[in-house]
Amino acid sequence: MQQFLEIISKPDNIPIVLLLVSVIFFTWLAWAKAKKNDSQQIPEEAKMDDKVQVWPYLVRMEFLMSIVVMAVLVVWSVFLDAPLEEPANRALTPNPSKAPWYFLGLQELLVYFDPWIAGVVLPTLIIIGLMAIPYVDINEKGNGYYTFKERKFAILTFCFGFLILWVALIVLGTFMRGPGWNFFWPWEKWDPHYVAVLTNVDLSEMIGIPTRLPDNSLNPVAFLFGGVLVFGFYSLIPIYWMMKRKTEIMKKLGPLRYNIVAFLFLTMVGLVIKILLRLGPPILGLNPVKYVWVTPWFNI
Amino acid sequence: MLTQLRDQFRKTEVYKSIFRHSYQDTQRNRALQIVDNVFLHLHPVRVPRHATNLGYTWGMGGITFLLFIVLTITGVILMFYYRPTAQYAYEDMKYLMNDVPFGPLIRNMHRWAAHAMVLTVMLHMFRVFLTGSYKPPRQFNWVIGVILLVLTLLLSFSGYLLPWDQLAIWAVTVGTNMARATPLLGHEGPFGPELGLRPDNDVRFVLLGGTEVGPPTLLRFYVGHCIFLPLIATIFMIVHFWRVRKDGGISGPPPGKNNF
Ligand code: HEM
Repeated sequence: MQQFLEIISKPDNIPIVLLLVSVIFFTWLAWAKAKKNDSQQIPEEAKMDDKVQVWPYLVRMEFLMSIVVMAVLVVWSVFLDAPLEEPANRALTPNPSKAPWYFLGLQELLVYFDPWIAGVVLPTLIIIGLMAIPYVDINEKGNGYYTFKERKFAILTFCFGFLILWVALIVLGTFMRGPGWNFFWPWEKWDPHYVAVLTNVDLSEMIGIPTRLPDNSLNPVAFLFGGVLVFGFYSLIPIYWMMKRKTEIMKKLGPLRYNIVAFLFLTMVGLVIKILLRLGPPILGLNPVKYVWVTPWFNI
Repeated sequence: MLTQLRDQFRKTEVYKSIFRHSYQDTQRNRALQIVDNVFLHLHPVRVPRHATNLGYTWGMGGITFLLFIVLTITGVILMFYYRPTAQYAYEDMKYLMNDVPFGPLIRNMHRWAAHAMVLTVMLHMFRVFLTGSYKPPRQFNWVIGVILLVLTLLLSFSGYLLPWDQLAIWAVTVGTNMARATPLLGHEGPFGPELGLRPDNDVRFVLLGGTEVGPPTLLRFYVGHCIFLPLIATIFMIVHFWRVRKDGGISGPPPGKNNF
Protein backbone atom coordinates (compact mmCIF):
# COMPACT_ATOMS: atom_id res chain seq x y z
CA MET A 1 0.00 0.00 0.00
CA GLN A 2 2.87 2.29 0.94
CA GLN A 3 4.38 1.70 -2.47
CA PHE A 4 1.08 2.38 -4.22
CA LEU A 5 0.72 5.73 -2.49
CA GLU A 6 4.27 6.56 -3.48
CA ILE A 7 3.61 5.82 -7.13
CA ILE A 8 0.31 7.61 -7.18
CA SER A 9 1.81 10.77 -5.73
CA LYS A 10 4.84 10.84 -8.04
CA PRO A 11 4.64 14.25 -9.74
CA ASP A 12 4.72 12.73 -13.23
CA ASN A 13 1.81 10.45 -12.39
CA ILE A 14 -0.55 13.24 -11.31
CA PRO A 15 -1.90 13.51 -14.88
CA ILE A 16 -3.02 9.88 -14.73
CA VAL A 17 -4.90 10.48 -11.52
CA LEU A 18 -6.46 13.54 -13.16
CA LEU A 19 -7.21 11.49 -16.25
CA LEU A 20 -9.02 8.85 -14.25
CA VAL A 21 -11.05 11.34 -12.23
CA SER A 22 -11.97 13.54 -15.20
CA VAL A 23 -12.86 10.64 -17.46
CA ILE A 24 -15.20 9.21 -14.84
CA PHE A 25 -16.75 12.63 -14.23
CA PHE A 26 -17.28 13.43 -17.91
CA THR A 27 -18.64 9.97 -18.70
CA TRP A 28 -21.15 10.46 -15.93
CA LEU A 29 -21.99 13.98 -17.14
CA ALA A 30 -22.52 12.87 -20.74
CA TRP A 31 -24.54 9.89 -19.57
CA ALA A 32 -26.82 12.07 -17.46
CA LYS A 33 -27.35 14.49 -20.35
CA ALA A 34 -27.99 11.69 -22.83
CA LYS A 35 -30.50 10.06 -20.51
CA LYS A 36 -32.36 13.31 -20.05
CA ASN A 37 -32.41 13.99 -23.81
CA ASP A 38 -33.53 10.45 -24.58
CA SER A 39 -36.44 10.70 -22.20
CA GLN A 40 -37.93 13.75 -23.90
CA GLN A 41 -38.99 14.64 -27.42
CA ILE A 42 -36.64 17.57 -27.86
CA PRO A 43 -33.00 17.49 -26.72
CA GLU A 44 -32.07 20.15 -24.18
CA GLU A 45 -29.64 21.68 -26.68
CA ALA A 46 -32.48 22.38 -29.10
CA LYS A 47 -34.20 24.47 -26.45
CA MET A 48 -31.07 26.61 -26.29
CA ASP A 49 -30.64 27.35 -29.96
CA ASP A 50 -31.62 31.02 -29.75
CA LYS A 51 -28.68 33.23 -30.66
CA VAL A 52 -26.73 35.28 -28.15
CA GLN A 53 -24.04 37.90 -28.70
CA VAL A 54 -20.52 36.47 -28.51
CA TRP A 55 -19.51 39.68 -26.77
CA PRO A 56 -20.10 39.41 -23.84
CA TYR A 57 -21.69 35.99 -23.39
CA LEU A 58 -19.06 33.72 -24.94
CA VAL A 59 -16.00 35.91 -24.45
CA ARG A 60 -16.64 36.32 -20.75
CA MET A 61 -16.88 32.54 -20.41
CA GLU A 62 -13.57 32.07 -22.22
CA PHE A 63 -11.99 34.76 -20.08
CA LEU A 64 -13.19 33.15 -16.90
CA MET A 65 -12.04 29.69 -17.93
CA SER A 66 -8.63 31.08 -18.90
CA ILE A 67 -8.23 32.62 -15.47
CA VAL A 68 -9.21 29.39 -13.75
CA VAL A 69 -6.87 27.30 -15.90
CA MET A 70 -3.97 29.69 -15.40
CA ALA A 71 -4.56 29.82 -11.66
CA VAL A 72 -4.59 26.03 -11.40
CA LEU A 73 -1.50 25.76 -13.56
CA VAL A 74 0.47 28.32 -11.56
CA VAL A 75 -0.47 26.77 -8.22
CA TRP A 76 0.41 23.31 -9.55
CA SER A 77 3.77 24.63 -10.80
CA VAL A 78 4.61 26.44 -7.59
CA PHE A 79 4.00 23.42 -5.40
CA LEU A 80 5.18 20.52 -7.54
CA ASP A 81 8.56 20.41 -9.21
CA ALA A 82 8.97 18.67 -12.55
CA PRO A 83 11.16 15.61 -12.03
CA LEU A 84 14.85 15.75 -12.83
CA GLU A 85 16.58 12.48 -12.12
CA GLU A 86 20.20 11.39 -12.38
CA PRO A 87 21.98 12.34 -15.61
CA ALA A 88 21.36 10.07 -18.57
CA ASN A 89 23.41 6.91 -18.36
CA ARG A 90 23.17 4.19 -20.97
CA ALA A 91 24.83 1.66 -18.70
CA LEU A 92 22.15 1.91 -16.03
CA THR A 93 18.79 0.52 -17.10
CA PRO A 94 16.02 1.24 -14.63
CA ASN A 95 13.64 -1.61 -13.90
CA PRO A 96 10.86 -1.23 -14.89
CA SER A 97 11.59 1.11 -17.84
CA LYS A 98 8.41 2.88 -18.71
CA ALA A 99 7.35 5.06 -21.64
CA PRO A 100 5.56 8.37 -20.90
CA TRP A 101 2.17 7.75 -19.30
CA TYR A 102 0.04 8.29 -22.41
CA PHE A 103 1.82 5.40 -24.15
CA LEU A 104 1.56 2.96 -21.26
CA GLY A 105 -1.59 1.37 -22.67
CA LEU A 106 0.41 0.45 -25.76
CA GLN A 107 3.34 -0.71 -23.65
CA GLU A 108 0.94 -2.92 -21.70
CA LEU A 109 -0.09 -4.52 -25.00
CA LEU A 110 3.50 -5.72 -25.41
CA VAL A 111 2.62 -8.40 -22.87
CA TYR A 112 0.11 -9.87 -25.27
CA PHE A 113 1.58 -9.09 -28.69
CA ASP A 114 4.92 -8.89 -30.46
CA PRO A 115 6.29 -5.35 -30.80
CA TRP A 116 5.40 -5.06 -34.47
CA ILE A 117 1.71 -5.40 -33.58
CA ALA A 118 1.61 -3.57 -30.24
CA GLY A 119 4.03 -0.83 -31.21
CA VAL A 120 3.35 -0.25 -34.88
CA VAL A 121 0.29 -1.92 -36.35
CA LEU A 122 -2.17 -1.19 -33.55
CA PRO A 123 -1.23 2.51 -33.15
CA THR A 124 -1.52 2.91 -36.91
CA LEU A 125 -4.91 1.22 -36.90
CA ILE A 126 -6.05 3.42 -34.02
CA ILE A 127 -5.16 6.56 -35.98
CA ILE A 128 -6.67 5.31 -39.23
CA GLY A 129 -9.69 3.95 -37.41
CA LEU A 130 -10.32 7.27 -35.68
CA MET A 131 -10.03 9.14 -38.96
CA ALA A 132 -12.46 6.71 -40.58
CA ILE A 133 -15.20 7.18 -37.99
CA PRO A 134 -17.05 10.08 -39.70
CA TYR A 135 -17.04 8.24 -43.01
CA VAL A 136 -18.27 4.87 -41.81
CA ASP A 137 -20.81 6.10 -39.26
CA ILE A 138 -23.69 6.93 -41.58
CA ASN A 139 -26.27 7.27 -38.84
CA GLU A 140 -27.59 10.81 -39.30
CA LYS A 141 -29.18 10.95 -35.89
CA GLY A 142 -27.43 12.22 -32.82
CA ASN A 143 -25.59 15.10 -34.51
CA GLY A 144 -25.08 18.02 -32.15
CA TYR A 145 -26.59 16.79 -28.91
CA TYR A 146 -26.03 14.14 -26.27
CA THR A 147 -27.92 10.89 -26.83
CA PHE A 148 -27.43 7.21 -26.26
CA LYS A 149 -30.62 5.70 -27.61
CA GLU A 150 -30.09 6.91 -31.15
CA ARG A 151 -26.54 5.59 -31.61
CA LYS A 152 -25.95 2.75 -29.18
CA PHE A 153 -23.44 0.76 -31.24
CA ALA A 154 -21.23 3.76 -32.01
CA ILE A 155 -21.16 4.99 -28.43
CA LEU A 156 -20.60 1.59 -26.84
CA THR A 157 -17.78 0.76 -29.23
CA PHE A 158 -16.03 4.09 -28.78
CA CYS A 159 -16.43 4.08 -25.01
CA PHE A 160 -15.09 0.54 -24.78
CA GLY A 161 -12.07 1.50 -26.85
CA PHE A 162 -11.39 4.76 -25.03
CA LEU A 163 -12.34 3.94 -21.45
CA ILE A 164 -11.19 0.32 -21.23
CA LEU A 165 -8.55 -0.26 -23.87
CA TRP A 166 -6.93 3.18 -23.60
CA VAL A 167 -7.55 4.67 -20.15
CA ALA A 168 -7.81 1.50 -18.04
CA LEU A 169 -4.70 -0.01 -19.64
CA ILE A 170 -2.77 3.20 -18.93
CA VAL A 171 -3.80 2.99 -15.30
CA LEU A 172 -2.87 -0.68 -15.17
CA GLY A 173 0.48 -0.06 -16.86
CA THR A 174 1.39 2.77 -14.51
CA PHE A 175 0.20 1.57 -11.16
CA MET A 176 0.30 -2.21 -11.32
CA ARG A 177 3.31 -3.08 -13.43
CA GLY A 178 6.50 -3.37 -11.45
CA PRO A 179 10.02 -4.69 -12.08
CA GLY A 180 10.20 -7.01 -15.08
CA TRP A 181 6.77 -5.66 -16.02
CA ASN A 182 5.31 -8.15 -13.52
CA PHE A 183 1.84 -7.56 -12.19
CA PHE A 184 1.47 -6.34 -8.61
CA TRP A 185 -1.71 -5.49 -6.77
CA PRO A 186 -1.77 -2.00 -5.25
CA TRP A 187 -1.30 -3.42 -1.76
CA GLU A 188 1.69 -5.55 -2.75
CA LYS A 189 5.27 -4.39 -2.58
CA TRP A 190 7.22 -4.32 -5.83
CA ASP A 191 9.69 -7.17 -5.51
CA PRO A 192 12.57 -6.80 -7.98
CA HIS A 193 13.50 -10.47 -7.59
CA TYR A 194 10.03 -11.81 -8.29
CA VAL A 195 10.06 -14.22 -11.20
CA ALA A 196 6.78 -15.34 -12.71
CA VAL A 197 7.08 -19.01 -13.61
CA LEU A 198 4.81 -19.49 -16.54
CA THR A 199 5.45 -21.63 -19.57
CA ASN A 200 3.77 -20.15 -22.59
CA VAL A 201 2.26 -22.41 -25.18
CA ASP A 202 0.88 -21.69 -28.64
CA LEU A 203 -2.80 -22.12 -29.29
CA SER A 204 -2.21 -25.08 -31.61
CA GLU A 205 -0.24 -26.83 -28.88
CA MET A 206 -3.22 -26.54 -26.58
CA ILE A 207 -5.12 -28.94 -28.78
CA GLY A 208 -2.13 -31.18 -29.32
CA ILE A 209 -0.54 -29.84 -32.51
CA PRO A 210 3.12 -29.06 -31.80
CA THR A 211 4.36 -25.79 -33.33
CA ARG A 212 7.81 -27.15 -34.01
CA LEU A 213 8.77 -30.47 -35.59
CA PRO A 214 11.50 -32.54 -33.91
CA ASP A 215 14.13 -30.90 -36.15
CA ASN A 216 12.89 -27.52 -34.87
CA SER A 217 11.39 -26.45 -38.19
CA LEU A 218 7.89 -25.04 -38.29
CA ASN A 219 5.11 -27.64 -38.32
CA PRO A 220 3.03 -27.01 -41.47
CA VAL A 221 -0.10 -28.27 -39.73
CA ALA A 222 0.29 -25.72 -36.95
CA PHE A 223 0.99 -23.02 -39.54
CA LEU A 224 -2.18 -23.92 -41.43
CA PHE A 225 -4.21 -24.17 -38.25
CA GLY A 226 -3.25 -20.65 -37.17
CA GLY A 227 -3.71 -19.20 -40.64
CA VAL A 228 -7.17 -20.66 -41.02
CA LEU A 229 -8.10 -19.39 -37.59
CA VAL A 230 -6.95 -15.81 -38.26
CA PHE A 231 -8.39 -15.60 -41.77
CA GLY A 232 -11.57 -17.33 -40.68
CA PHE A 233 -11.97 -14.83 -37.87
CA TYR A 234 -11.72 -11.88 -40.24
CA SER A 235 -13.83 -13.32 -43.08
CA LEU A 236 -16.37 -15.79 -41.74
CA ILE A 237 -17.75 -13.62 -38.93
CA PRO A 238 -18.55 -10.64 -41.20
CA ILE A 239 -20.11 -12.94 -43.80
CA TYR A 240 -22.16 -14.82 -41.23
CA TRP A 241 -23.32 -11.58 -39.65
CA MET A 242 -24.26 -10.11 -43.03
CA MET A 243 -26.40 -13.18 -43.90
CA LYS A 244 -28.07 -13.23 -40.53
CA ARG A 245 -28.88 -9.55 -40.23
CA LYS A 246 -29.93 -8.11 -43.55
CA THR A 247 -31.00 -4.77 -42.11
CA GLU A 248 -31.58 -1.43 -43.77
CA ILE A 249 -28.43 -0.01 -42.25
CA MET A 250 -26.26 -2.74 -43.74
CA LYS A 251 -27.62 -2.09 -47.21
CA LYS A 252 -26.95 1.61 -46.85
CA LEU A 253 -23.43 0.98 -45.58
CA GLY A 254 -22.44 -0.85 -48.74
CA PRO A 255 -19.71 -3.50 -48.96
CA LEU A 256 -16.71 -1.18 -48.61
CA ARG A 257 -17.84 0.58 -45.46
CA TYR A 258 -19.22 -2.64 -44.01
CA ASN A 259 -15.89 -4.38 -44.45
CA ILE A 260 -13.92 -1.50 -42.96
CA VAL A 261 -16.17 -1.42 -39.91
CA ALA A 262 -16.00 -5.21 -39.62
CA PHE A 263 -12.21 -5.24 -39.88
CA LEU A 264 -11.65 -2.51 -37.32
CA PHE A 265 -14.27 -3.89 -34.96
CA LEU A 266 -12.93 -7.44 -35.19
CA THR A 267 -9.40 -6.19 -34.60
CA MET A 268 -10.60 -4.64 -31.37
CA VAL A 269 -12.44 -7.82 -30.40
CA GLY A 270 -9.44 -9.92 -31.40
CA LEU A 271 -7.25 -7.81 -29.15
CA VAL A 272 -9.52 -8.59 -26.22
CA ILE A 273 -9.58 -12.29 -27.12
CA LYS A 274 -5.79 -12.39 -27.20
CA ILE A 275 -5.61 -10.70 -23.81
CA LEU A 276 -8.05 -13.26 -22.41
CA LEU A 277 -6.10 -16.12 -23.96
CA ARG A 278 -3.10 -14.90 -22.02
CA LEU A 279 -4.78 -14.15 -18.72
CA GLY A 280 -7.55 -16.75 -18.69
CA PRO A 281 -5.81 -20.15 -18.79
CA PRO A 282 -3.60 -19.58 -15.70
CA ILE A 283 -6.77 -19.07 -13.68
CA LEU A 284 -7.88 -22.57 -14.80
CA GLY A 285 -4.46 -23.97 -14.02
CA LEU A 286 -3.43 -24.12 -17.69
CA ASN A 287 -0.53 -22.49 -19.51
CA PRO A 288 -1.12 -19.05 -21.01
CA VAL A 289 -1.27 -18.82 -24.80
CA LYS A 290 1.58 -17.03 -26.53
CA TYR A 291 0.78 -17.16 -30.24
CA VAL A 292 -2.31 -17.94 -32.23
CA TRP A 293 -0.44 -18.13 -35.50
CA VAL A 294 3.25 -18.80 -35.98
CA THR A 295 4.79 -18.15 -39.40
CA PRO A 296 8.42 -18.02 -40.53
CA TRP A 297 8.20 -14.20 -40.80
CA PHE A 298 5.98 -13.07 -37.99
CA ASN A 299 3.86 -14.40 -35.14
CA ILE A 300 0.43 -13.31 -34.04
CA MET B 1 -11.19 67.55 -14.72
CA LEU B 2 -10.13 63.94 -15.25
CA THR B 3 -13.24 63.10 -17.21
CA GLN B 4 -12.61 66.14 -19.33
CA LEU B 5 -9.08 64.99 -20.04
CA ARG B 6 -10.34 61.52 -20.87
CA ASP B 7 -12.93 62.83 -23.25
CA GLN B 8 -10.31 65.03 -24.88
CA PHE B 9 -8.05 62.02 -25.26
CA ARG B 10 -10.80 59.99 -26.82
CA LYS B 11 -11.19 62.59 -29.52
CA THR B 12 -7.55 62.45 -30.59
CA GLU B 13 -6.57 60.83 -33.81
CA VAL B 14 -4.29 58.39 -32.00
CA TYR B 15 -7.09 57.03 -29.86
CA LYS B 16 -9.53 56.80 -32.71
CA SER B 17 -7.02 55.00 -34.87
CA ILE B 18 -6.68 52.29 -32.23
CA PHE B 19 -10.23 51.91 -31.00
CA ARG B 20 -12.60 52.24 -33.87
CA HIS B 21 -15.83 52.37 -31.94
CA SER B 22 -17.16 53.62 -28.64
CA TYR B 23 -17.72 51.36 -25.70
CA GLN B 24 -21.37 52.14 -25.23
CA ASP B 25 -23.35 48.99 -24.64
CA THR B 26 -25.26 48.72 -27.86
CA GLN B 27 -26.01 45.78 -30.09
CA ARG B 28 -23.86 47.36 -32.79
CA ASN B 29 -20.87 47.89 -30.53
CA ARG B 30 -21.07 44.35 -29.23
CA ALA B 31 -20.84 43.12 -32.79
CA LEU B 32 -18.01 45.52 -33.65
CA GLN B 33 -16.12 44.38 -30.58
CA ILE B 34 -15.79 40.98 -32.23
CA VAL B 35 -15.43 41.95 -35.86
CA ASP B 36 -12.90 44.73 -35.25
CA ASN B 37 -10.53 42.57 -33.25
CA VAL B 38 -8.05 40.27 -34.97
CA PHE B 39 -8.10 37.75 -32.17
CA LEU B 40 -11.77 37.74 -31.36
CA HIS B 41 -12.53 37.69 -35.04
CA LEU B 42 -12.07 33.93 -34.89
CA HIS B 43 -15.57 34.03 -33.45
CA PRO B 44 -18.82 34.72 -35.17
CA VAL B 45 -20.77 37.72 -33.87
CA ARG B 46 -23.50 35.60 -32.43
CA VAL B 47 -23.68 31.96 -31.40
CA PRO B 48 -26.47 29.65 -30.29
CA ARG B 49 -26.91 29.79 -26.54
CA HIS B 50 -25.81 26.20 -25.95
CA ALA B 51 -22.36 27.08 -27.32
CA THR B 52 -21.76 29.22 -24.24
CA ASN B 53 -22.79 26.34 -22.02
CA LEU B 54 -19.84 24.55 -20.45
CA GLY B 55 -21.96 21.45 -20.09
CA TYR B 56 -22.10 21.12 -23.85
CA THR B 57 -18.51 21.72 -25.03
CA TRP B 58 -16.79 21.16 -21.68
CA GLY B 59 -14.55 24.01 -22.91
CA MET B 60 -11.90 21.44 -23.73
CA GLY B 61 -11.02 22.65 -27.22
CA GLY B 62 -10.49 26.16 -25.92
CA ILE B 63 -8.46 24.99 -22.92
CA THR B 64 -6.28 22.88 -25.21
CA PHE B 65 -5.59 25.97 -27.29
CA LEU B 66 -4.86 28.08 -24.21
CA LEU B 67 -2.39 25.46 -22.98
CA PHE B 68 -0.72 25.43 -26.39
CA ILE B 69 -0.20 29.19 -26.10
CA VAL B 70 1.19 28.82 -22.56
CA LEU B 71 3.53 26.12 -23.85
CA THR B 72 4.75 28.31 -26.68
CA ILE B 73 5.56 31.21 -24.36
CA THR B 74 7.19 29.19 -21.59
CA GLY B 75 8.94 27.08 -24.22
CA VAL B 76 10.58 30.10 -25.82
CA ILE B 77 11.79 31.26 -22.41
CA LEU B 78 13.25 27.82 -21.72
CA MET B 79 15.12 27.94 -25.01
CA PHE B 80 17.16 30.88 -23.69
CA TYR B 81 18.69 28.61 -21.07
CA TYR B 82 18.99 25.29 -22.84
CA ARG B 83 21.60 23.87 -25.19
CA PRO B 84 20.65 20.63 -26.95
CA THR B 85 23.94 18.78 -26.61
CA ALA B 86 24.68 15.79 -24.43
CA GLN B 87 27.43 17.82 -22.79
CA TYR B 88 25.28 20.76 -21.65
CA ALA B 89 21.62 19.72 -21.66
CA TYR B 90 21.50 18.21 -18.19
CA GLU B 91 23.72 20.91 -16.67
CA ASP B 92 21.47 23.56 -18.15
CA MET B 93 18.45 21.90 -16.53
CA LYS B 94 20.20 21.88 -13.15
CA TYR B 95 21.15 25.51 -13.59
CA LEU B 96 17.58 26.36 -14.53
CA MET B 97 16.15 24.57 -11.53
CA ASN B 98 18.61 26.00 -9.02
CA ASP B 99 19.93 29.37 -10.12
CA VAL B 100 17.71 31.00 -12.72
CA PRO B 101 15.16 33.39 -11.16
CA PHE B 102 11.73 31.86 -11.70
CA GLY B 103 13.45 29.06 -13.60
CA PRO B 104 11.62 26.26 -11.78
CA LEU B 105 8.30 28.04 -12.23
CA ILE B 106 8.78 28.33 -15.99
CA ARG B 107 9.96 24.75 -16.35
CA ASN B 108 7.19 23.37 -14.16
CA MET B 109 4.56 25.33 -16.04
CA HIS B 110 5.91 23.98 -19.31
CA ARG B 111 5.95 20.43 -18.00
CA TRP B 112 2.52 20.44 -16.39
CA ALA B 113 0.85 22.34 -19.20
CA ALA B 114 2.21 19.71 -21.59
CA HIS B 115 0.74 16.88 -19.55
CA ALA B 116 -2.51 18.76 -19.15
CA MET B 117 -2.73 19.40 -22.89
CA VAL B 118 -2.49 15.69 -23.65
CA LEU B 119 -5.28 15.15 -21.17
CA THR B 120 -7.55 17.93 -22.44
CA VAL B 121 -7.10 17.00 -26.08
CA MET B 122 -8.28 13.47 -25.27
CA LEU B 123 -11.27 14.82 -23.39
CA HIS B 124 -12.04 17.21 -26.26
CA MET B 125 -12.12 14.28 -28.65
CA PHE B 126 -14.32 12.33 -26.27
CA ARG B 127 -16.81 15.24 -26.13
CA VAL B 128 -16.83 15.71 -29.91
CA PHE B 129 -17.56 12.02 -30.28
CA LEU B 130 -20.32 11.93 -27.68
CA THR B 131 -22.19 14.88 -29.21
CA GLY B 132 -21.81 13.31 -32.66
CA SER B 133 -20.15 16.51 -33.84
CA TYR B 134 -18.02 14.65 -36.40
CA LYS B 135 -21.10 13.97 -38.51
CA PRO B 136 -21.75 15.91 -41.70
CA PRO B 137 -20.65 18.58 -42.44
CA ARG B 138 -17.83 18.28 -39.91
CA GLN B 139 -16.25 14.97 -41.04
CA PHE B 140 -13.05 16.53 -42.30
CA ASN B 141 -12.54 18.68 -39.23
CA TRP B 142 -12.54 15.49 -37.17
CA VAL B 143 -9.77 14.14 -39.40
CA ILE B 144 -7.78 17.33 -38.83
CA GLY B 145 -8.47 16.85 -35.13
CA VAL B 146 -7.00 13.35 -35.19
CA ILE B 147 -3.87 14.77 -36.81
CA LEU B 148 -3.72 17.38 -34.04
CA LEU B 149 -4.04 14.62 -31.46
CA VAL B 150 -1.09 12.77 -32.97
CA LEU B 151 0.93 16.00 -33.17
CA THR B 152 0.16 16.74 -29.52
CA LEU B 153 1.43 13.30 -28.49
CA LEU B 154 4.54 13.67 -30.64
CA LEU B 155 5.25 17.12 -29.20
CA SER B 156 4.98 15.79 -25.69
CA PHE B 157 7.06 12.72 -26.47
CA SER B 158 9.88 14.65 -28.16
CA GLY B 159 9.98 17.10 -25.27
CA TYR B 160 10.30 14.25 -22.80
CA LEU B 161 13.86 13.56 -23.98
CA LEU B 162 15.24 17.07 -23.61
CA PRO B 163 16.08 17.11 -19.86
CA TRP B 164 18.57 14.32 -20.72
CA ASP B 165 18.16 12.54 -17.41
CA GLN B 166 17.51 8.86 -16.71
CA LEU B 167 13.75 9.30 -16.90
CA ALA B 168 14.05 10.98 -20.30
CA ILE B 169 16.38 8.66 -22.10
CA TRP B 170 14.79 5.43 -20.92
CA ALA B 171 11.24 6.51 -21.64
CA VAL B 172 12.32 7.51 -25.12
CA THR B 173 14.34 4.33 -25.51
CA VAL B 174 11.30 2.22 -24.66
CA GLY B 175 9.13 4.26 -27.02
CA THR B 176 11.46 4.30 -29.98
CA ASN B 177 12.42 0.63 -29.64
CA MET B 178 9.06 -0.08 -31.23
CA ALA B 179 10.33 1.36 -34.51
CA ARG B 180 12.71 -1.61 -34.79
CA ALA B 181 9.72 -3.86 -35.27
CA THR B 182 8.04 -1.86 -38.04
CA PRO B 183 6.94 -4.25 -40.77
CA LEU B 184 9.07 -3.78 -43.91
CA LEU B 185 10.98 -0.84 -42.39
CA GLY B 186 12.51 -2.11 -39.16
CA HIS B 187 15.33 -4.62 -38.78
CA GLU B 188 13.31 -6.77 -36.38
CA GLY B 189 9.96 -6.32 -38.08
CA PRO B 190 8.22 -8.79 -40.36
CA PHE B 191 10.05 -8.92 -43.71
CA GLY B 192 12.65 -6.39 -42.45
CA PRO B 193 15.66 -8.72 -42.46
CA GLU B 194 14.50 -10.18 -45.80
CA LEU B 195 14.72 -6.66 -47.23
CA GLY B 196 18.27 -6.26 -45.97
CA LEU B 197 17.55 -3.97 -43.02
CA ARG B 198 20.09 -3.79 -40.24
CA PRO B 199 20.15 -1.80 -36.98
CA ASP B 200 22.18 0.83 -38.81
CA ASN B 201 19.93 1.42 -41.76
CA ASP B 202 16.30 1.00 -40.69
CA VAL B 203 13.63 3.57 -39.68
CA ARG B 204 14.75 3.61 -36.08
CA PHE B 205 18.21 4.64 -37.22
CA VAL B 206 16.70 7.50 -39.18
CA LEU B 207 14.60 8.55 -36.20
CA LEU B 208 17.42 8.44 -33.67
CA GLY B 209 20.35 9.39 -35.85
CA GLY B 210 22.14 6.34 -34.47
CA THR B 211 21.61 2.81 -33.28
CA GLU B 212 20.67 3.98 -29.78
CA VAL B 213 19.34 7.10 -28.07
CA GLY B 214 22.40 9.36 -28.09
CA PRO B 215 23.56 12.92 -28.70
CA PRO B 216 22.31 13.01 -32.32
CA THR B 217 18.89 11.92 -31.06
CA LEU B 218 18.85 14.80 -28.62
CA LEU B 219 19.50 17.29 -31.42
CA ARG B 220 16.91 15.67 -33.70
CA PHE B 221 14.25 15.68 -31.01
CA TYR B 222 15.13 19.26 -30.05
CA VAL B 223 14.69 20.59 -33.56
CA GLY B 224 11.50 18.60 -34.00
CA HIS B 225 10.17 19.70 -30.64
CA CYS B 226 10.98 23.40 -30.92
CA ILE B 227 10.54 24.10 -34.62
CA PHE B 228 9.09 21.45 -36.86
CA LEU B 229 6.22 20.06 -34.75
CA PRO B 230 4.96 23.39 -33.30
CA LEU B 231 4.95 24.86 -36.80
CA ILE B 232 2.95 21.99 -38.24
CA ALA B 233 0.61 21.96 -35.24
CA THR B 234 0.01 25.70 -35.63
CA ILE B 235 -0.88 25.29 -39.27
CA PHE B 236 -3.33 22.49 -38.50
CA MET B 237 -4.85 24.50 -35.66
CA ILE B 238 -5.45 27.43 -37.99
CA VAL B 239 -7.21 25.11 -40.42
CA HIS B 240 -9.11 23.47 -37.53
CA PHE B 241 -10.51 26.79 -36.25
CA TRP B 242 -11.25 27.99 -39.76
CA ARG B 243 -13.18 24.82 -40.43
CA VAL B 244 -15.20 25.15 -37.23
CA ARG B 245 -16.47 28.47 -38.62
CA LYS B 246 -16.87 27.28 -42.20
CA ASP B 247 -18.75 24.16 -41.17
CA GLY B 248 -21.45 26.37 -39.72
CA GLY B 249 -20.06 27.17 -36.29
CA ILE B 250 -20.35 24.96 -33.27
CA SER B 251 -22.46 21.87 -33.79
CA GLY B 252 -26.01 21.72 -32.50
CA PRO B 253 -29.23 19.87 -33.05
CA PRO B 254 -30.61 20.26 -36.56
CA PRO B 255 -33.26 22.99 -36.84
CA GLY B 256 -35.96 20.39 -37.34
CA LYS B 257 -35.33 18.95 -33.91
CA ASN B 258 -37.45 21.67 -32.38
CA ASN B 259 -40.71 20.54 -33.94
CA PHE B 260 -40.56 16.78 -33.95
C1 HEM C 1 -4.44 20.67 -30.48
C2 HEM C 1 -5.57 20.12 -30.43
C3 HEM C 1 -6.94 20.75 -30.62
C4 HEM C 1 -7.36 22.04 -30.42
C5 HEM C 1 -6.54 23.24 -29.93
C6 HEM C 1 -8.77 22.07 -30.73
C7 HEM C 1 -9.57 23.20 -30.60
C8 HEM C 1 -10.93 23.22 -30.87
C9 HEM C 1 -11.85 24.28 -30.49
C10 HEM C 1 -11.45 25.54 -29.72
C11 HEM C 1 -13.09 23.95 -30.94
C12 HEM C 1 -14.38 24.74 -30.70
C13 HEM C 1 -15.37 23.97 -29.85
C14 HEM C 1 -14.87 23.41 -28.56
O1 HEM C 1 -14.13 24.10 -27.84
O2 HEM C 1 -15.22 22.27 -28.25
C15 HEM C 1 -12.95 22.68 -31.62
C16 HEM C 1 -13.97 21.99 -32.24
C17 HEM C 1 -13.85 20.76 -32.85
N1 HEM C 1 -12.77 19.89 -32.73
FE1 HEM C 1 -10.98 20.38 -31.97
N2 HEM C 1 -9.16 20.83 -31.15
C18 HEM C 1 -8.08 19.99 -31.08
C19 HEM C 1 -8.07 18.64 -31.34
C20 HEM C 1 -9.15 17.94 -31.84
C21 HEM C 1 -9.25 16.50 -31.92
C22 HEM C 1 -8.19 15.53 -31.39
C23 HEM C 1 -10.46 16.21 -32.52
C24 HEM C 1 -11.04 14.87 -32.85
C25 HEM C 1 -10.43 13.83 -33.14
C26 HEM C 1 -11.09 17.47 -32.81
C27 HEM C 1 -12.30 17.60 -33.46
C28 HEM C 1 -13.08 18.74 -33.43
C29 HEM C 1 -14.37 18.88 -34.09
C30 HEM C 1 -15.07 17.84 -34.97
C31 HEM C 1 -14.85 20.15 -33.72
C32 HEM C 1 -16.22 20.76 -34.07
C33 HEM C 1 -17.07 20.44 -32.87
C34 HEM C 1 -18.41 21.08 -32.87
O3 HEM C 1 -18.75 21.84 -33.80
O4 HEM C 1 -19.16 20.78 -31.90
N3 HEM C 1 -10.29 18.49 -32.37
N4 HEM C 1 -11.63 22.26 -31.57
